[in-house]
Amino acid sequence: MKTVKLTIDNKEIEVDSSLTVMQAANSVGIKIPNLCYDERLDIFGACRMCVVEIEGSKKLQTSCSTKVRDGMVVHTKTEKVIQARREILRLLLDNHPNDCLTCEKAGDCLLQDYAYEYDVKFRNHTGKIRDRYIDDSNPFYVYDAQKCILCGLCVRVCSRLQVTGAIDFVNRGFDTIIGTPFNDGLINSDCVSCGNCVSVCPTGALMPKSKEKFRTWEVEKVKTTCTFCGVGCQINLLTKDDKVVGVEPVKNAVNEGLLCVKGKFSFNFINHPDRLNAPLLKEDGVFKEISWDRAYEIIKEKVDKYMAENGPDSFAGLSSARCTNEENYLFQKLFRAVLKTNNIDHCARL
Amino acid sequence: MEYTFDLEKNKDKLTEYKDFLKMIKATNGALMPALQKAQELFNYLPKEVLKIVSEELRIPLAEIYGVATFYAQFSFIPKGENQISVCLGTACYVKGAQAILEEFEKELGIKQGETTSDLKFSINEARCLGDCSKAPVVMINSTLFPLVKKKDVKKILEDLR
Amino acid sequence: MDKNRLISIKEEKRAKIIENLLQNDLIELVEDKVVLKGDYYKNQLRIALRNCDIINPFDIEEYIAFDGYLALHNVLTNLSQREVVDIMKNSLLRGRGGAGFPTGKKWEEAFTFDADQKYIICNADEGDPGAFMDRSILEKDPHSVLEGMAIGGYAIGANKGFIYVRAEYPQAVKTLKHAIEEAKTLGLLGKDIFKSGFDFDIELRLGSGAFVCGEGTALIESIEGHRGMPRPKLQRTAHVGLWGKPTIINNVETFANVAPIILNGAEWFRSIGTEKSPGTKVFSLVGKIENAGLVEVPMGTKLRDIVFDIGGGCQNNKEYKAVQTGGPSGGCIPKEYLDVAVDFESLASIGSIMGSGGMVVMDENTCMMDIAKYFLEFSVDESCGKCIPCREGTRRMYEILELITEGKAQMSDLEELENLAHVVSDTSLCGLGQTAPNPVITTLKYYKDEYIAHIVDKKCPAKSCKPLITYTISDKCIGCTLCKKNCPVDAIQGELKVKHSIDIEKCIKCGSCYEVCPVKPVKAVEIY
Repeated sequence: MKTVKLTIDNKEIEVDSSLTVMQAANSVGIKIPNLCYDERLDIFGACRMCVVEIEGSKKLQTSCSTKVRDGMVVHTKTEKVIQARREILRLLLDNHPNDCLTCEKAGDCLLQDYAYEYDVKFRNHTGKIRDRYIDDSNPFYVYDAQKCILCGLCVRVCSRLQVTGAIDFVNRGFDTIIGTPFNDGLINSDCVSCGNCVSVCPTGALMPKSKEKFRTWEVEKVKTTCTFCGVGCQINLLTKDDKVVGVEPVKNAVNEGLLCVKGKFSFNFINHPDRLNAPLLKEDGVFKEISWDRAYEIIKEKVDKYMAENGPDSFAGLSSARCTNEENYLFQKLFRAVLKTNNIDHCARL
Repeated sequence: MEYTFDLEKNKDKLTEYKDFLKMIKATNGALMPALQKAQELFNYLPKEVLKIVSEELRIPLAEIYGVATFYAQFSFIPKGENQISVCLGTACYVKGAQAILEEFEKELGIKQGETTSDLKFSINEARCLGDCSKAPVVMINSTLFPLVKKKDVKKILEDLR
Repeated sequence: MDKNRLISIKEEKRAKIIENLLQNDLIELVEDKVVLKGDYYKNQLRIALRNCDIINPFDIEEYIAFDGYLALHNVLTNLSQREVVDIMKNSLLRGRGGAGFPTGKKWEEAFTFDADQKYIICNADEGDPGAFMDRSILEKDPHSVLEGMAIGGYAIGANKGFIYVRAEYPQAVKTLKHAIEEAKTLGLLGKDIFKSGFDFDIELRLGSGAFVCGEGTALIESIEGHRGMPRPKLQRTAHVGLWGKPTIINNVETFANVAPIILNGAEWFRSIGTEKSPGTKVFSLVGKIENAGLVEVPMGTKLRDIVFDIGGGCQNNKEYKAVQTGGPSGGCIPKEYLDVAVDFESLASIGSIMGSGGMVVMDENTCMMDIAKYFLEFSVDESCGKCIPCREGTRRMYEILELITEGKAQMSDLEELENLAHVVSDTSLCGLGQTAPNPVITTLKYYKDEYIAHIVDKKCPAKSCKPLITYTISDKCIGCTLCKKNCPVDAIQGELKVKHSIDIEKCIKCGSCYEVCPVKPVKAVEIY
């Protein structure tokens, strides 16, 4: 590994020569703001928020798309840099609805955070704002063009990571929006409703359709493993008053911040009254709730009984794709080693 | 303007177009030539045709639509039999091309970017046709009209009718 | 094809062409060199345009007649790749597309970068409104571009070239197609050219109406079949370009200069023009100028010489006000700088740019705010929409200029305009955005008083902004009724031979009355 020495905000550091200035800064805890950067994707360079001053170059440089060089001296917070970022934010706010009071994204919105950090406010102007265009045809999420800052994260996640290519930039210049073919709506597109676009959207432009009303600061995040299949995707359940109100993917995990439609949007059943929360025992044609300990006891009793009466091959086990590899392994082990039968199968073979 | 693509009427053109796609399919960057050919053959980019492009070139339809809406030459309504491009390049602009454009719009009763209902004429503003020394210029199909004056517009249109 | 064949074609054809042109009185021979006849050409030095209007572009032999493909032969049979790169570096030829990057240095970048495949691209997406240099070369001397590309291809090690040409230039496309076929037939393109082992093919790719595709990375995106949105330059295109391969992009005029440099040497080229900007530059001189057309002069020629000696000054004896160089990316040059030397450095020093060579002349009746607005509208329309400053900022700038030209602006708007101009120029992703504010920056610099007149006095000094002018009829009116007859909205009253008057409530300020007023020497219709 070749390394270079450079100075960022008066801090001398030595980093891998293949890094960009932004990555180098991040590696020593210097955060550079950005709205279109995602380490999983190619550099896009659209938001210009990550501009920094590099000694020796007259113009500001975007740190996401500038490679480190030996002897480079970088300043990430000079007045010129801050002024440029403020102006960029102001241009965004000039074309953004002033509805943070009721916007569901409030509190978790990167644009809002930066506007606060850089002290930029909405202002009145007579100029044009982007036309109203809302695509709510998809059952799980909705796109609101007026809140879109065209960072392109959704488009790139859809085509590069999800590899679906359901959406793209449509039109050019000021009239650009994110759209589907012929603006026929997401429901008529190739969209598989994975919701990965929703997960990366920095603003309220792409939002899940929520059954519950909640503010982002009211929720508690509970990290867990998605139970829909054996991949083991890591998710944060967003809970409010012991109710799951949303799901977000965990980035530094096996799923790298991605989910499928089930993991992302299928959580309403958790709070459904019909959902089983405890084992049930049918006695005299009526189900009755019992404890787990009691349930295991009954299973053991029955296994012993039928084993004695009919032998091992009177048992068969059917495992689930929602179990992990490890769980499936243990399940077949239970059948082969304990129950001594090879009658074991898995729903994925169906 | 609502316009339905007539598959039956365009049968021969579609065959020709599919052959063209087969020919260019293997070349790198085939999408632009594919769209250009479609625009040339059908005078616009019908949904049905873009779906064929998507299947043949194995490019998502969304991406094709994104590309098609980016470039000014592609349209989603049929262009007229006579495509009038009024140059609004700098040289033409300083010599009053805006007034020429308005005159065409007035005479045909459509705005730039539109097509007359009989599909005879469409008007587009053009970005410098590169004939600045003869400004203001108008290009109709591939014929260039140099040094156009406002009063010439009527006559030009009459000759085409 | 070999050298003898080239020479024999040349000898056979050249005399015939010259004889024919002399007969038609189109040219004259100066020191055995063919020069187009007339005052307009007298003060020009034509290198890139050397064959334009002299040869038939549809006959490759006519190109060969004027030393065509001799440079390519020399390169392929006598010179190493390194030597070609060195000649280009020594010539100090700078890219004629606008930025002026040294061509030899660019080629060296690609030449020294190891790769299995390299590409050379000719940028023929000439989109600057008011510029048509490249179009003329493509339509009148296509082989000069093909030869230049083949030489470049050899130098950097590319066997494939693309010409990205605007769809708005159908004639150029036709000419190029024909030229490529002819060159292939004669073995000047294709496999094993001049038995040197060097293969080179050229493919045409058409633009589809997006100005931003003149930007190198957007052009690459377009050829690859994507939206023409520029890429951030994490790596140089000379290393990672088209389909990820080392790629050189030069514009039409740059390529047209290559063969003469190879034939006559770098020293010769450097003896023309200025020290830092050698050679000639083609300009398209248009707008309110007496002799509009293409002009090729040595770099460093005074602007005055171009506008007045060659161009003959403004039309109708109007007073010169400014020249806009570099189109929407450039700036205007006012009267006081008429003696500026036209080269990369001098133009930059006064806030304009060389650009690709558009020169639009404005006279006293041109309102500079209107021009700035025009260019900003162009940039708004042509912005790809990828980066925030260009997408949003140019739009806001345009809106302020709209307010100014309608007399609705306040002085604070002017500050905002200036502020936006710097943000857009400092932070935009590509050249289009970075240079889009130039027309505003230069007009603010040189015509601030006109801005103030629009904002404070609500007057347009050039009498061009409709909302800020009023038409009246003076006592000189002879009552001819011509204006009344021509008024499209019946805003003029008056009987025959009696002074007419204009109802300013009805008047739409179309100017028809002013145009037709026959009173001389000063018209009776007056504009305030």
